[in-house]
Amino acid sequence: MSDAAFLGMPSFPKAARNALADTQLRRNLAHATGTIRQKRADVVGELDDWEELREAGRAIKERTLRHLDHYLLQLEERVTAAGGQVHWARDGEEACRIVTDLIRATGEREVVKVKSMATQEIGLNEALADAGIAAYETDLAELIVQLGEDHPSHILVPAIHRNRAEIREIFLRAMAEYGAAAPADLGDDPRQLAEAARQHLREKFLRAKVGISGANFLVADTGTAVVVESEGNGRMCLTLPETLISVVGIEKTVPTWQDLEVFLQLLPRSSTGERMNPYTSTWTGTAADDGPRAFHLVLLDGGRTDTLADPIGRQALNCIRCSACLNVCPVYERVGGHAYGSVYPGPIGAILGPQLRGTSSEVDRSLPFASTLCGACYDVCPVKINIPEVLVHLRARVVDESRERRMPTPERLAMTAARWVLSEPSRLGTAQRAASAGGRLLSRRGRIGRLPGPLSAWTDARDAPVPAEESFRTWWRRTRDERT
Amino acid sequence: MSAREDVLSRIRRALADVGDTEAPADVPVPRHYSPGGTPPAGSQEAVKLLAERLADYGAAVQRVTAETVATAVARAIAVRGGDCVVVPRGFPREWQAGLAPERVLSDAPRLSVHELDRADGVVTTAAAAIAGTGTLVLDGGPGQGRRALTLVPDYHLCVVRAEQVVASVPEALARLDPLRPLTFVSGPSATSDIELDRVEGVHGPRTLEVLLIG
Repeated sequence: MSDAAFLGMPSFPKAARNALADTQLRRNLAHATGTIRQKRADVVGELDDWEELREAGRAIKERTLRHLDHYLLQLEERVTAAGGQVHWARDGEEACRIVTDLIRATGEREVVKVKSMATQEIGLNEALADAGIAAYETDLAELIVQLGEDHPSHILVPAIHRNRAEIREIFLRAMAEYGAAAPADLGDDPRQLAEAARQHLREKFLRAKVGISGANFLVADTGTAVVVESEGNGRMCLTLPETLISVVGIEKTVPTWQDLEVFLQLLPRSSTGERMNPYTSTWTGTAADDGPRAFHLVLLDGGRTDTLADPIGRQALNCIRCSACLNVCPVYERVGGHAYGSVYPGPIGAILGPQLRGTSSEVDRSLPFASTLCGACYDVCPVKINIPEVLVHLRARVVDESRERRMPTPERLAMTAARWVLSEPSRLGTAQRAASAGGRLLSRRGRIGRLPGPLSAWTDARDAPVPAEESFRTWWRRTRDERT
Repeated sequence: MSAREDVLSRIRRALADVGDTEAPADVPVPRHYSPGGTPPAGSQEAVKLLAERLADYGAAVQRVTAETVATAVARAIAVRGGDCVVVPRGFPREWQAGLAPERVLSDAPRLSVHELDRADGVVTTAAAAIAGTGTLVLDGGPGQGRRALTLVPDYHLCVVRAEQVVASVPEALARLDPLRPLTFVSGPSATSDIELDRVEGVHGPRTLEVLLIG
């Protein structure tokens, strides 16, 4: 897997159809997203200044992005002064190579990992496996995905598509292969499942010499990295190993330490619906007598500068990976994360993926259309990314690109036919009479479930309305004739 | 060209629409959100709110006085049971007066991770506490020790003084030194990874107990 699109994934409409047929998946998703929506609404409602925080968050990100080179250089200087080493990577492959070389230099063959979207995006685990290095995911949901040989389906809770009974099965089947086995009498109570994960990972934490993480924020004026988490697996990976390697997208930078006061309020309430997540760790370079002796920061471009080059699409880089937009999205709730075919699912994935990777693949060209443009994602976004605006912008880009490539898409054929019909009143009249007669033949209880021939592409995912018995033009002519 | 130069020049090309004369400070950042201060730092109301919010996320909380803190520490450790508790350097002597010296583990010389794993718990002070979010902040200062001490043992007892309690995140960050490794703790370790339902107790201490003085 490279550059975040899962290999061989079909385009969104095809993948969505399979997902919709899975009733267990739909039940799991409806339950989980329903729970988190309520929790988020409750804790957001506690703050009178939520809108002011959102506006500040948006503005801080805008300032950062418009002067990203300045802030990255400042960050590099501060991290280095505090005893850390900064590496730069143009793309995922280069980042994987840097990390692999750093691990090899320690002589270790295994690493523990904190959940990180950036390392998933670049396919780090696969690259390390190819180099003979075992990477153990330690976040509970990542562990479920890794043990289940599965793909993540949510930014915050990658195993959201699994319910407790399925997780129990995965633990019983796969834990023994990678370390401490699950207890034979394991039940499906989340407490017991969490306990099994604790037992399974304990020895790995205690013997780990190398930890790999991402970071939620990098503070330019102090050189501080921040990891926000819940379980304590992050603290284990950040604190116990001798070497810490953090792979972080360049857009994670914020200008000042003070700016964290905005994001540390926005992020936990938007993501897990908590006033504050259980653990937040901040560190600046290395510290004497506390934590890793070596700290490496790998700054990743990986398509971010391409995204930055688009003044409308750029705002996608504001994203702080809270996943509130997934949880409110009516499309995500029904089809789940796998249908989006990449590590960033949901509304943010639909605008981030095609910009980071470009629109050369079928799945990336389909993603800007994987939305009803209802706008719920924009309303909840803690950094005010106007996702519908960027979706429409990217739709136009995809259509323009297909025109340049002279690709005969169904939309273009339909539009060409429409132009021919609409340019001549007599043709329109004939078409309307035909549609009216045909529509009545096809309709059931006032709806058309399936149109014939190439028109079926339209009704694959929706009903078509039955055309009126009489067109407006016919009605006008008839009633005027009656009056005169 | 090095990757560093390459990425930086790509950024500059991508930002062609940003004028050469624009400085970072020219992009306005409105900070109309609350700076905090309600309830006032160190006040009874702030301590009360902290106690409520900590309890809300599954921490056990007790209000104590300067006179009763030593007894409360000893009783909490006794109730917890076990043989040994880690006490970091700089933890006030008078607060550990009720602990039997043979049950106290010192981190000097440095304990190994396996020794920490065998310890029954740890008792520390804190650098600050945020009432509104129910958060304790540790900065490795006197009485707190290095980060592993409050992570590996399964039980964490934390003693907080009223004057350390602020209402909000902005007030806390202003008091903290970003150059020190910081840990913000809000309740015992927890996860929402199974059906987005919060369950307490994963890798960090599964029991968090807090004594609030004043």
